[in-house]
Amino acid sequence: MKRAGFATRWLPILLLLPQLIIIAVFFYWPAAHAVQSSFYLQDPFGFGSSFVGFDNYTDLLDNSEYRRIAWFTVVFTVLVTFFSLALALLLAVKADKVIRGAKTYRTLLMWVYAVAPPVAGFIGLIMFNQSWGPLTRLFEQVGHDFTLGVNYNDTAFAMVLVSVWKQVPVNFIFFLSGLQSIPKSVREAALIDNRSASGRFWDVTFPLLAPTGFFLLIINITYALFETFGVIDTLVKGEPGNNPMTLVYKVYVDGFRGNDLGGSSAQSVILMILVLALTVFQFRMVERRIHYT
Amino acid sequence: MAQVHLNGLNKVYPNGFEALKPSSFHIEDGEFVVLVGPSGCGKSTLLRMVAGLEEITAGELKIDDRLVNDTDPADRDIAMVFQNYALYPHMSVRKNIAYGLQNRKVGKAEIAQKVAEAAAMLNLGDYLDRKPSQLSGGQRQRVAMGRAIVRDPALFLFDEPLSNLDAKLRNQMRIEIKALQRRLGVTSIYVTHDQVEAMTMADRIIVMNAGRIEQIGTPEDVYHRPASTFVASFMGAPPMNLLPAMANKGVVEFAGTEVHRHEAVEGPLVFGVRPEDIIPDALGEMLLHVDIVEELGAHRLLHGKIGAEQVTMHVGKDTEIASGPLPVSLKPDAVSLFDRATGARL
Repeated sequence: MKRAGFATRWLPILLLLPQLIIIAVFFYWPAAHAVQSSFYLQDPFGFGSSFVGFDNYTDLLDNSEYRRIAWFTVVFTVLVTFFSLALALLLAVKADKVIRGAKTYRTLLMWVYAVAPPVAGFIGLIMFNQSWGPLTRLFEQVGHDFTLGVNYNDTAFAMVLVSVWKQVPVNFIFFLSGLQSIPKSVREAALIDNRSASGRFWDVTFPLLAPTGFFLLIINITYALFETFGVIDTLVKGEPGNNPMTLVYKVYVDGFRGNDLGGSSAQSVILMILVLALTVFQFRMVERRIHYT
Repeated sequence: MAQVHLNGLNKVYPNGFEALKPSSFHIEDGEFVVLVGPSGCGKSTLLRMVAGLEEITAGELKIDDRLVNDTDPADRDIAMVFQNYALYPHMSVRKNIAYGLQNRKVGKAEIAQKVAEAAAMLNLGDYLDRKPSQLSGGQRQRVAMGRAIVRDPALFLFDEPLSNLDAKLRNQMRIEIKALQRRLGVTSIYVTHDQVEAMTMADRIIVMNAGRIEQIGTPEDVYHRPASTFVASFMGAPPMNLLPAMANKGVVEFAGTEVHRHEAVEGPLVFGVRPEDIIPDALGEMLLHVDIVEELGAHRLLHGKIGAEQVTMHVGKDTEIASGPLPVSLKPDAVSLFDRATGARL
C-alpha cells in the first residue's frame, strides 16, 4: 500500500482537530471527570465533596441491590442478544429464499430499524396497556394477568420483547447481506453434496456467516447493555420502583435521581472497563479468527 | 456409470424467456459429451437442469432409465465441477473432498482411503490440510475434481471448469481431465464456450445456439460437415469461410469459377470452405489478393480477397508467401453448401 505523506506536521493535526475536539469534549473530559468523582463523596446539596478512596466501589460490591441489578443485566443482555440474533437469522434465511415480492417483504422487515428506542418503548406501553393493550388481552386469554410496571417478571418480559423487536431489523439487514455474499455456486455444490437442508445450513451457510455473526454479537451485546436505556426508561415511565433495570439505567437513577454522584460515577467507571474489555476482545477475535478468502 | 436420456427437455423462465427450446438427445455409457456454444446459448442451463439446480419446465430427464425430473440434486448420483471451483472456503482440502461422502453415510475408514486415493491421483497429497484460499487456481481446480471423483458418481458434470485458468494451465488440465475421464470411464457432460476444448476433449460435441441444439456429432463431423452456417463459423479458428455463391443447373459458381457440383441445388446459396482447404496452386482458377500475412510459427494465415469477398487461407510454415495476388484452388469435396435464408446445410 502506498503511504502518502504531508509536507508539514501541522496540516494533519489541523484536519484531525474537529474530531479530536469532539471526542475530548464529549468523551475524555466527562470520562476523566467520572473517574475523579468516583473517588469522592458528594454533599447531597452540592456544597462540597470529600475524598473517600475506593469506598464507592467497595460499597457497590457489598450492595445486594447492585448485585441483583448486575445479574439482571447479564440475563437481560443474554436474552436480548440471543433472541435478536436468532430471530434475525431465521428471518434472513427465509427472506433470502423468497423470490416473489422479495423487496416488499425485506422493506417491511427493515422498517422497524427507523424507530427510535423511546418510541419503541412507547409502542410497548401501548401494546401492554393495562386496560386495552392487545398483548395484555392475549395474556388474559391464556389466563395470565399481565401487569406491566407492577409485576417484576412481566416488566422484564416486556423490556426483553421490545428491545428484541427493536434490534431484529439491524441484524436482519446484516445477515441478509451476509447470506447474499455467499457465492451461489458454493451453495449449489452443497446442494449436490448434502440432501439435508438443515445439514447444509449448519455445515456451509452458518460457518460462512460466522464473521457477520461475530460482528453482530458484539454490536448486540453493546446494544443490550447501553442502548436499551430509552426502551427501559419509557417502559418504567421514569419511575423504576421495584421494577427491573439494567446497570446503565441504575447509573442514571442513582446519579440524577438519588444525587449520589460518587456512587453513580463508580458504576459508570465499571461499565467503561466492561466496554473496554469487550472492544479489546472484539479486535483480537476479528484479527485472529473467522476470516475467509 | 450411466446413460443419460433427454426427451424434449425445455426451460422457460417465469419472465417468459425460453432459455432452452425442447431438446432431445442420448448419451451413451462412458461417453464424454461437450456442450459448446456462445454465452447465453442455453448450454449451462441445460447442464444445470441435468444437475437439478434448475427446474425442468417440460420434458423428461432420465439417468440410467430413472426419471429424475424432480429428484434432489443430492440423489441424482451426479458430481459437478463448477467454473469458480465452488470450494467450501472454511473447510480444509481434506474436508472439502470428504464432505459429500460424509453425508452419504460412508464409513470413516473408507472415506480416508478414498480421499487418499483421489489426492494421490491429483497430486494433492501435500495440501490436504490447507484451506482453499492457500491454494493456486490450478490446485483449487484439482480439489474440485477430487470432490467429484471420490463420490464415484454415475455422471460427471463440468461447467466451464477451465475458464478461470491461464492458457498454459488450461492446456495441461484439459489433458488431465480427459485422461482421468478415460481411466474412470464415467459418463461426462462438459460445458464450454471454447471450441478448442470441445474439439480436443469430446467423444461427441453438441453445438448450441440461442437455446437450440444446432448439431450433434463427433468432433470430425462437426468440423468437416457443419450442419449450419452457425456451426461452420463457431467451430474452428479461424472459422470457415462463408461466401455467397450461385447455383445454376447443379453447378455452384463463386467469383466466376465453378467450385462445386451438386444435383439438387439452384439459385443463390452460401458456400463454405475451411481456410486449410484452400491451397496455393499455380494452375488455380481463383486469385486471392493477399492483404495480410499472419505469422503463427507452425503455419501462416493469409487474409485477403477473392473478388469482393474477404477470405482467410491457411498455409504451412514452409510455403513462402508474399502479399499480392496468389492463384489458389479448393480441395475437392471440401466444400459445404448452405441455404442462404436459413443457414441450414444443403
